[in-house]
Amino acid sequence: MSTIRLTPPSTPSDPSDPTDLSEPAVAPNCAVHIKHRQGSFLLDARFSTPGRGVTALFGPSGAGKTSLLRCVAGLTQPAAGFVAVNGAVWLDTAHHVCLPAHQRGAGYVFQEASLFPHLSVHQNVRYGQRRAKDREHGLSLEQAVEWLALGPLLPRMPAGLSGGERQRVAIARALLASPKILLLDEPLSALDEASRQEIFPYLTRLHQELRIPVFYVTHLVKEVARLADYIVFLRDGQVTHAGPAHEMLRDIVAQDAGEDTPFCLIEATVIAHDAQYHLSQADSAFGVITLPALAQAAGSRVWVQVFAREVSIGLRIEHDMSILNQWPCRVVSAAESRPGQMLLRLGPAAGEVGVHLLAQITRKSWDLLRLGVGTQVFARVKSVSLVE
Amino acid sequence: MDWSAITVTLKLGGVTTVLLMLVATPLAWWLARDRRWWATCAESIIALPLVLPPTVLGFYLLVLLGPQGLVGQFWEGMGGPRLVFSFWGLVIGSMLFSLPFVVQPIQQAFRIIDERYLEVAATLRARPIDRFFTVALPLARRGLVSAATLGFAHTLGEFGVVLMIGGSIPGRTKVISIAIYDAVESSNYPLAHQMSALMLVASFLLLFTVYWMNRRPTRQP
Repeated sequence: MSTIRLTPPSTPSDPSDPTDLSEPAVAPNCAVHIKHRQGSFLLDARFSTPGRGVTALFGPSGAGKTSLLRCVAGLTQPAAGFVAVNGAVWLDTAHHVCLPAHQRGAGYVFQEASLFPHLSVHQNVRYGQRRAKDREHGLSLEQAVEWLALGPLLPRMPAGLSGGERQRVAIARALLASPKILLLDEPLSALDEASRQEIFPYLTRLHQELRIPVFYVTHLVKEVARLADYIVFLRDGQVTHAGPAHEMLRDIVAQDAGEDTPFCLIEATVIAHDAQYHLSQADSAFGVITLPALAQAAGSRVWVQVFAREVSIGLRIEHDMSILNQWPCRVVSAAESRPGQMLLRLGPAAGEVGVHLLAQITRKSWDLLRLGVGTQVFARVKSVSLVE
Repeated sequence: MDWSAITVTLKLGGVTTVLLMLVATPLAWWLARDRRWWATCAESIIALPLVLPPTVLGFYLLVLLGPQGLVGQFWEGMGGPRLVFSFWGLVIGSMLFSLPFVVQPIQQAFRIIDERYLEVAATLRARPIDRFFTVALPLARRGLVSAATLGFAHTLGEFGVVLMIGGSIPGRTKVISIAIYDAVESSNYPLAHQMSALMLVASFLLLFTVYWMNRRPTRQP
């Protein structure tokens, strides 16, 4: 194991340089490189992320997401690795640095809220706060209680709380310990759908207000689309892609999420609501999208999910049909995904490059319509759903 | 009723239990978390009094703690008072004899604590010793109470070890079990009856407390 050599993920300048008295030229960031073997599974993940905002560690189950998070928190000691959070080096096996978990300041929220059963909610949330005295970015108890609506829960014991309530308490408890990073390990996975809907607004709010970086482990596209600023894709213990969410979500999601049915996500802005027909309209790179009535106000940014099998292709616009969404596109690429099935990648006919729509059609249609790369077509989308 | 025997017995039980809890709790913590062979070895040694005749333990203690013994010689050389046939000699004997009854419930209570709680405490900046006192001990409280009660009850009922190293000095080392034996020897059956009934009731009540506590629903999810 000692033969594994690591170099920290590149940071453009040395932040510890004593001659550098100006503001650091580099934006603060988190750098992670973990090499760890667990049985036959080898985790070898290396990435760096912005020093603020939500980074989704995204991938199918078994990709090593949780192991990675545990290594960042110091709960698992990897064979070799490097972890630095906004300049603080927590792990650097090459230089024999390995801070124990309690000295790191990594707030960790587990899949199932592990509130101390012998302490009340109030004592639970104060546990970390009492041990983090005189730390910077200290959140006050009042703020945390207000953000996560814990007021009525404070005197209660954890055993009497619902799953969603427990996770809110666990998040508050982690934040009150003044962490330098917040690590969320699929915090919604143990909850039922109703509790998820209940807790989501709180997560969105944290996302807007927190000044520390957040690593959010998930295998669900909708959580990524709603919360992430930056995405790290993991598969079989390795990072396959990493980048800002708005770039990554456009087309990589469909192939890397391990989904059986390809789909794509399109970024759109809500422009109007039609109360009479219970419909809403949103503007996207492909044109105006009509979709079932949205709760979001005009001007909100949303992600719209379109399954490839819901998209059919026509050579001209049709007015006498039921489908409302018809967008002018051009074929960017195409491949036979299964025998007789073509998976097409479409771009908007005019304008933005790098935005894609996936369409699945038969090879027979492909031949009958004489399609080819560059052909101008109309993509007809039967149904469109909002990612939420 | 032999009141001095009752006083000595209660004092011996109290002192032994307090000291045992201080020794057994860290010992149980170590045994619950260490899976290496020497921990198993220590576990077996601690359990020996469960199977050995008390006279064997008492005999070795007599030899070791006596003025010519390895420990006794050293102790008296340091200016310590004589251990055999004294109250503190009884305390040492009782502690060894009751050790497994105290270590095992605590060890079991520590073993079933979900590791997750200790990990959470670590991410909340609690040092290992802090985690032990604020998470492990409270979560094992039921095992601790069981252990103290069993240790106390077992010390009250001890006979063999006390007989070997305590002698039967009224007011100092003569405990109830010895007093009963003496009463029977001198054909004082009424006294033997009284003391035996007292022991029976007290032991039953202590055991009832332990079993009743273990039967209540647990608050841990």
